[in-house]
Amino acid sequence: MTAPVTIRIQQDDFDVAREIAALSRDRTDIGAVVTFSGICRGPEGGDDIASLTLEHYPGMAEAEIKRHVDEAMARWPLQGVTVIHRFGRIEPGQNIVLVVTASKHRQAAFAAAEFLMDYLKTSAPFWKQEENTEGRGWVEARAHDDAAAARWTKS
Amino acid sequence: MKVKYFAWVRERVGKAEETIEPPSNVHTVGDLIAWLSARDEAYAHAFEKPKVIRAAIDHAHVKADAAIAGAREIAFFPPMTGG
Repeated sequence: MTAPVTIRIQQDDFDVAREIAALSRDRTDIGAVVTFSGICRGPEGGDDIASLTLEHYPGMAEAEIKRHVDEAMARWPLQGVTVIHRFGRIEPGQNIVLVVTASKHRQAAFAAAEFLMDYLKTSAPFWKQEENTEGRGWVEARAHDDAAAARWTKS
Repeated sequence: MKVKYFAWVRERVGKAEETIEPPSNVHTVGDLIAWLSARDEAYAHAFEKPKVIRAAIDHAHVKADAAIAGAREIAFFPPMTGG
């Protein structure tokens, strides 16, 4: 059976439970479902984040995520993958991104979810702008995210 | 060809997209960055650190030495911060 792949770039929120159910409904070949939800953090330390605004590159965002989902399917025995990434204004506590991976056994589902998140961070064309009481500013890319993605290229 | 700009590259250039016709001596993405930078101060500001700028041709990431011949759409943007 071909593994179902769902990739959505949307402004609206998503329902994690509904996405898991959609992937595993009427299936008896799935033994493991791993989900990762990325959520907008609130103020911490000196930072006072009021909201995030995510800009994306329509067309390329879908294509880039598809390329990495295809690679994940080639590397691990997956029974299904769902990736949802939001754009627009997102407030603390709200969802930003969802990765759901399904497999017969947990190892493949865990590994593929982590692989997909590492690449979403460094290669999917999305940019976060933070807004607080001081004004707006673009979030800078972090070297440790590049390092996290790079470890998957070592074989 | 169509050129698109995102995030702070878009803000500095002052537009989200435009259609350009670079001269025949502009062969690579790096050449195009240099050619755009020479246009005016806004482009020069956007591309002041060319090594930071990421590029894509027809929705796929490319390096500065990638040839632009045959490209329909070229995009310039800062390192990505999604996820």
